[in-house]
Amino acid sequence: MRKIHDFHGGVHPPENKHQSVRTAIANAGVPEELVLPLSQHIGAAAQPVVGVGDKVLKGQLLAAATGFVSVPVHAPTSGTVSAIEDRLIAHPSGHSAPCIVLASDGMDQWQDCVATADYRSVDRVALLDQIRSAGVAGMGGAGFPTAVKLAVKPEKHIQTLILNGTECEPYITADDIIMRERASRIIEGAQILAYLVEPDEIVIGIEDNKPESIAALQAAAQDTPVEIAVFPTKYPSGGEKQLIEILTGKQVPSGGLPADIGVVCQNVGSAIAVRDAIIEGKPLISRVVTVTGDAVAEPQNFEALIGTSMSYLLQKAGYQPEKNQRLIMGGPMMGFTVPDPNVPIVKTTNCILAPAATELPAPPPAQPCIRCGMCAEVCPASLLPQQLFWFAQGKEFEKAEQHNLFDCIECGACSYACPSNIPLVQYYRAAKAEVIQMREDAEKSEHSRLRFEARQARKEREEAEKEAKRAARKKAAQEKARLAAEQGEAGEDPIQAAIERAKAKKAAQVAGSGAEGGSELEKLEKAVVTIRKRLETASAKFEAAKAEGAEHVDALKLGVDKTSAKLAAAEKALHDWQQANPAANSELPSAAEPADAAQAAIQKAMAARAQDAARSPQEKAQDNLQKLESRLTKSEARLQQSRAANEEEKIIIALESTVERLREKVAAAKAELQDKETC
Amino acid sequence: MSLMRITSPHTHGPARTSKVMQQVLLATLPGLLVLTHFFGFGTLVNVLWAAVLAIAFEALALTLRKRPLGFYLSDCSALVTAVLLGIALPPYSPWWLIAVGMASAILLAKHLYGGLGYNPFNPAMVGYVVLLISFPVQMTSWAPPRGAGELPGLLEALQACFVPASYDAVTMATPLDLLKQNNSLLVEDLWQANPQFGRWGGVGWEWANIAFLGGGLWLLYQRVFTWHAPVAMLATLTVMAALFYDGGSSASGGSPLFHLLSGATMFGAFFIVTDPVSSAVSVRGRLVYGALIGVLIYLIRVFGNYPDAVAFAVLIMNLAAPFIDQYTQPRTYGHTRHGGGS
Repeated sequence: MRKIHDFHGGVHPPENKHQSVRTAIANAGVPEELVLPLSQHIGAAAQPVVGVGDKVLKGQLLAAATGFVSVPVHAPTSGTVSAIEDRLIAHPSGHSAPCIVLASDGMDQWQDCVATADYRSVDRVALLDQIRSAGVAGMGGAGFPTAVKLAVKPEKHIQTLILNGTECEPYITADDIIMRERASRIIEGAQILAYLVEPDEIVIGIEDNKPESIAALQAAAQDTPVEIAVFPTKYPSGGEKQLIEILTGKQVPSGGLPADIGVVCQNVGSAIAVRDAIIEGKPLISRVVTVTGDAVAEPQNFEALIGTSMSYLLQKAGYQPEKNQRLIMGGPMMGFTVPDPNVPIVKTTNCILAPAATELPAPPPAQPCIRCGMCAEVCPASLLPQQLFWFAQGKEFEKAEQHNLFDCIECGACSYACPSNIPLVQYYRAAKAEVIQMREDAEKSEHSRLRFEARQARKEREEAEKEAKRAARKKAAQEKARLAAEQGEAGEDPIQAAIERAKAKKAAQVAGSGAEGGSELEKLEKAVVTIRKRLETASAKFEAAKAEGAEHVDALKLGVDKTSAKLAAAEKALHDWQQANPAANSELPSAAEPADAAQAAIQKAMAARAQDAARSPQEKAQDNLQKLESRLTKSEARLQQSRAANEEEKIIIALESTVERLREKVAAAKAELQDKETC
Repeated sequence: MSLMRITSPHTHGPARTSKVMQQVLLATLPGLLVLTHFFGFGTLVNVLWAAVLAIAFEALALTLRKRPLGFYLSDCSALVTAVLLGIALPPYSPWWLIAVGMASAILLAKHLYGGLGYNPFNPAMVGYVVLLISFPVQMTSWAPPRGAGELPGLLEALQACFVPASYDAVTMATPLDLLKQNNSLLVEDLWQANPQFGRWGGVGWEWANIAFLGGGLWLLYQRVFTWHAPVAMLATLTVMAALFYDGGSSASGGSPLFHLLSGATMFGAFFIVTDPVSSAVSVRGRLVYGALIGVLIYLIRVFGNYPDAVAFAVLIMNLAAPFIDQYTQPRTYGHTRHGGGS
């Protein structure tokens, strides 16, 4: 037997589960209109892939997933897409959201489903993809995409796969009834899940108030590795974190995931959805919903298509609206009231609760908190709800966070237990929302602050540079004026100055052409050397061929002749050029003996190497420093240029960092040099 | 049809603040009866007069603060304060003394700070200490117990309260006084010399303490409070008494049993220390809070200037409660012992 652990706190609200399990699951049938919200899960909303007026078959994709944490939506029956628009949806805020509206054609005609009988022969990634494309999201309430939860990182070893059949919320029996009626499908689903995450053990956790489910699952799990663990009924033992503690004694680290402690947890309903997606190839288009409360005559469970309106199901169960003040989607502890009975059920809807006014009376006005501590006694997260309330009320959010506000799972046990009727969990929800808002605002303002400061700094820099330039120009102008004045005094003719400037320019041009000539000379020399080499090779070949008496001697002879002619031409060109540029000739001694140019180059290289070898480390360091300094100067120039050109900030930042790095390197090189000099 | 929109949870447990207060009131009955049996109707008259004043002052304060009367009066918290102060005051106290005490408790200690739930100090103990400092003579003269003197009747008790000038009070030192003033006799001899001493504590006192213990245990059973603070207080008081018992010499501070069953020990442990508003909040915090009150009670009783010490000890620890809270936060689910997620 598995050791069952306890968790801190918890409450025992009246269960009220018996009303809705008296009959078997009833098929709710196909309503005329189905409203399918594009976001029925945690994560990004799906994107419609059909248009208004399109005819669709049952199971056909209507909206595709738009990211990793997203799930698609499928047609729950065959019919026509009548609208894609905002409709009121079941959400605590009571807002409208984009929905695909499907008018049923009454045929309920399936599209072709691709079944995978032997899932073990299929790759895990392909199976995960199948689960994802089938639109399976957690059916216990939160609606987290199942495939994402199952995509455990390979470095994480899963010890325990937990199937959550706890259903600790009062009134709800949707999981209870599927465990009774569909136990074998759950076990099959559990084995598919086990194939995917490869756990050491598979456990289905159930509270002891569901003896029929326990018996059914135990029977179905015979000869399988699936273990059925039964534990005492206590709210909220079905919370994922609490269930994990009950079954393994381990706590999920704050801010972490169950996979961090080697656990994957799935709802039993999700297990069936996974099984149907793989074995039958059917997407998630219907689910079991409990319709209960004293305002319905026949509380029961329905197999209902996703998108069916609450009022449709309520009518089927004998709704008496006059008795009813509020409609709750979910249970009495964590469910939320809906603004209108026509909102559709979604993949996470496990219960529609229509209580009579006397059954769940409206809360009386709150009395002052006397810090009795009953909330702390029942808190499953071991928080101090009375302190959190105090901080939330006083808007001391920092302190509330210190008291781990964000570890609150919003189970409502504190509010349930509070003798002063204080809506504690409601305060925490509001405080959390406010803290999140504040964080976002703070992030935004921090971002703007940085931007503003960077802009300010840049402006100042530019201003300073402009100022410096202005000063330099002014100085230069003054200098010029002074010189002009001096020259004027000396009686020198400005025309003379102009002539001198022209002369200087000419001299510079001559020097420039000299430099060009240098490269021309090199080209010619190179040509001579190359052709000479070719001639040597050709002559050698020719000699060899002649000695052997080969047939192609004539051809070779021709080649040699041609090459010698080319050589002569090249030598002539070189000679002519040298005649024309005597200055270059004297500067470059190698040019006087073009035949030895290659030799000279080799010698030069060897000399350089010898010199390098002969150089002291000090000299090397000096060299290095010089190189770095020149690089630094270049970088600085580039940076100036960028700034002047008002280039993008990130470019300037990158350049700045380059300059900074080079400066550091220069400094290091200087230090090294100093080191070398001292030793 | 308009549907009600409220957030979860939609159901509520059976606990109610007024019920908690009523249970506390009920739990004081055994102690009250024992006190009446041993010391006459004085305490009962105290309690009834204090209750009338409490409702009057509460109504006055609520009117001034523009709060709905019915809603706040029905929480019974003012009545609890009245009963606690009435029990703590010496029997046959004059009407004005009780009035000053209740005014201090309800107006000063409670509503000036924002009413129920916002008072940093225990209102009854504030009232008690104001009186103890202002009127030390009236506050330290206790009636002789049954057997040590003649008990006044109901009429005399009413006379003592409402026409104090015409009432000739008979008083006698309490066992705690005697022990405190003793500096020559062995504890055993002191016991022989004074009729106020009973089997374990003082005559009447020991039974009153046992009665309050009984009431407190019932409240524990009813889960009105947890065991942590009272048990911690009684434990440290016992340990302190054992440490300084000194074999019953003339310098002895009294035996542990004597301290447990004397004065306001049990009344304090189960009806004053357990006041949730002004105490520390977490389980560990309440252990520390109770334990330090136990230590302080002993120190003040034996080494201080006052014969009993529950009120001072509790008020001092009321001051320290927020500080204790700061360092005794429980470990939240998924966190390591020293804060932060692992």
